[in-house]
Amino acid sequence: MTVRRAAKMEDEGEMDAKKILEEKKGWEKRCLKKAPEKIQSTSGMDIGILYTPADVPNLDYSQDLGYPGEYPFTRGIQPTMFRGRLWSMRQYSGFATADESNRRYKYLLEQGQTGLSVAFDLPTQIGYDSDHPLAQGEVGKVGVAIDSLADMEVLCKGIPLDKVSTSMTINATAAILMAMYIVVGEKQGVKPAALRGTIQNDVLKEYVARGTYIFPPKPSMRLATNIFEYCSKEVPQWNTISVGGYHIREAGSTAVQEVAFAFAIAISYLEAGVKAGLNIDDFAPRVSWIFNTHINVLEEVAKFRAARRLWAKIMKDRFKAKDPRSWMLRFHTQTGGCTLTAQQPLNNLIRTTFQAMAAVLGGCQSLAVCSYDEALALPTEESVRLSLRTQQIIAHESGLIDTVDPLGGSFYLEKLTDEIEKGASEYIAKIDQIGGAVTAIEKGYIQQEVQESSYRYQREIEAGGRVMVGVNKFQIKEPPVKGLLKVDPRVREVQVKQIAKLKSSRDSKKVQASLGELKKVAQGDGNLMIPILDCVRAYCTLGETCDVLRGVFGEYEPVVTV
Amino acid sequence: MKGVGEMAEKKIRVLVAKPGLDGHDRGAKVIARALRDAGMEVIYTGLRQTPEKIAAAVVQEDVDALLMSILSGAHDYLFPRVMELLKEKGVKDILVVGGGVIPEEDIPALQSLGVKDVFGPGTSTEDIVKYVQQNVKL
Repeated sequence: MTVRRAAKMEDEGEMDAKKILEEKKGWEKRCLKKAPEKIQSTSGMDIGILYTPADVPNLDYSQDLGYPGEYPFTRGIQPTMFRGRLWSMRQYSGFATADESNRRYKYLLEQGQTGLSVAFDLPTQIGYDSDHPLAQGEVGKVGVAIDSLADMEVLCKGIPLDKVSTSMTINATAAILMAMYIVVGEKQGVKPAALRGTIQNDVLKEYVARGTYIFPPKPSMRLATNIFEYCSKEVPQWNTISVGGYHIREAGSTAVQEVAFAFAIAISYLEAGVKAGLNIDDFAPRVSWIFNTHINVLEEVAKFRAARRLWAKIMKDRFKAKDPRSWMLRFHTQTGGCTLTAQQPLNNLIRTTFQAMAAVLGGCQSLAVCSYDEALALPTEESVRLSLRTQQIIAHESGLIDTVDPLGGSFYLEKLTDEIEKGASEYIAKIDQIGGAVTAIEKGYIQQEVQESSYRYQREIEAGGRVMVGVNKFQIKEPPVKGLLKVDPRVREVQVKQIAKLKSSRDSKKVQASLGELKKVAQGDGNLMIPILDCVRAYCTLGETCDVLRGVFGEYEPVVTV
Repeated sequence: MKGVGEMAEKKIRVLVAKPGLDGHDRGAKVIARALRDAGMEVIYTGLRQTPEKIAAAVVQEDVDALLMSILSGAHDYLFPRVMELLKEKGVKDILVVGGGVIPEEDIPALQSLGVKDVFGPGTSTEDIVKYVQQNVKL
């Protein structure tokens, strides 16, 4: 193509856009007698009645969209996407004891789930054993209680760790749970290099939106980078972080903020890794993400495409990563829990179907669909099976997977994709000005932005015409829902007895020695994974291990921004 | 001469608390702000409040109402514990209300302990503001 011909095509493109704009004005005059009410996307972009090529006059197919599996990955990160391989169906599960959760995992795998996703209870996430005073009332309620390697062994019983990939939603205590998983693998005869899975390990978002932090930011970053370093050598197939946009969105942010704040946080982790002496291409390929799939279908599809394109640019231009795998945004998504209603719960089946559809059209690598009763309780076998069936029907019956990025080229979608990329870039630049994500969090900036959006959303529901079906419109009188999952409060007693038994039967010399070594390494600058593995092997409890780290690192003091 | 009607109206003082380990504070923050916008004095405790801390704050801040938000299912231990401590401290006549993810079938037991009502997901902030205004004893 000569320069002159390319210029001519550009001119023709411009002329087409001008012509269409004129035509559209004529149509508006003829057909839109009364200008309809303005509406906006969650991120504040005005949504027009109609989109035409004139809305994306500068769209360059080769540069902006390209081809799946190649930079900038807008249309997908693998060449054949779902025609080649379906996304992982990975329902977030866990409750009560390791034994009960093990049964639920086996059920899910039988029903066609293709990967595990472990939910831990709050004491486990926050580094307290089940017999700690602060664990009262909390044991086994929001996830499985894991007090030591013994519980992890039960959790994984009969599950071949060389065949099943496991995602663990664990952050402050990620190093310890990772170590437990590695040791269980060892006991099964599976080498660490054969293990596949993910740890969430994103403590910065905990400070902003989720709350399961323990230590202050600096030692938390050290723990995270120790994990990156250890796993890049010993557990190379493991995703050492799943940076969370999901939770920031659940806390009330807009779609643009979800991407922007997750990216700013990821940038902090990458910078920390590089500062610690790692080569960017040694650990960036194992960065993964968890995004929300909220209820506005097309905005969500656009969001995923914008995220892929923007991240590829950031990795190439800002971090100068050379390995194309470093440029690829690989993500798990869960349908937005905050969009579920307690009223008329069956309506949630419809919501989650649209959301699962958006996730698939958006090209996710892994998907969890909330269960219809999840605004009320943890899923039952029946409700989680329906979530799995939702995914399976989309995959096998709907035809949505037949071709890559089928909505690509839609004028509206491409405009939305551009706008979200632009909005997210602006926020990232603002956070750079503030001094990076850690500083922005210390100053409460990210929290305030999220709170503002959250309050605005609530005002829209109460006074601004945002309809929530069954809640502020189309309500019915309904009896309380029956058959919800209930966690037996005696779980705590069971765990407490087991801890006592463990402490009386283990080698206490080994326990003391390994905890002592952990303290030494924590006070120095060695890789914490090594002593943590030894603590785990000696059957130190999670609480004992964390208490050593608390002693050295201290505890995070949150900033209250209300 | 100033009449009673021209004296400043006493503001309702409210403590919004997050008991236990649950870190989901979107609802608590939205409600705290709505109550503030409605003219009340609101103290938001932040996360990870033990029952002891909450009871102490109720006394120290001399509040008229305590709103507790919890989504983790630990309300069955934490709410009764808070009510027990308030009783021990001789706290009387404050409005106690719960919110979050609390099964309907658990509500009567909480009410028998003095939690006046529980507002689940989907409750409007307007309704909560009205409820507090109508049920608080100044």
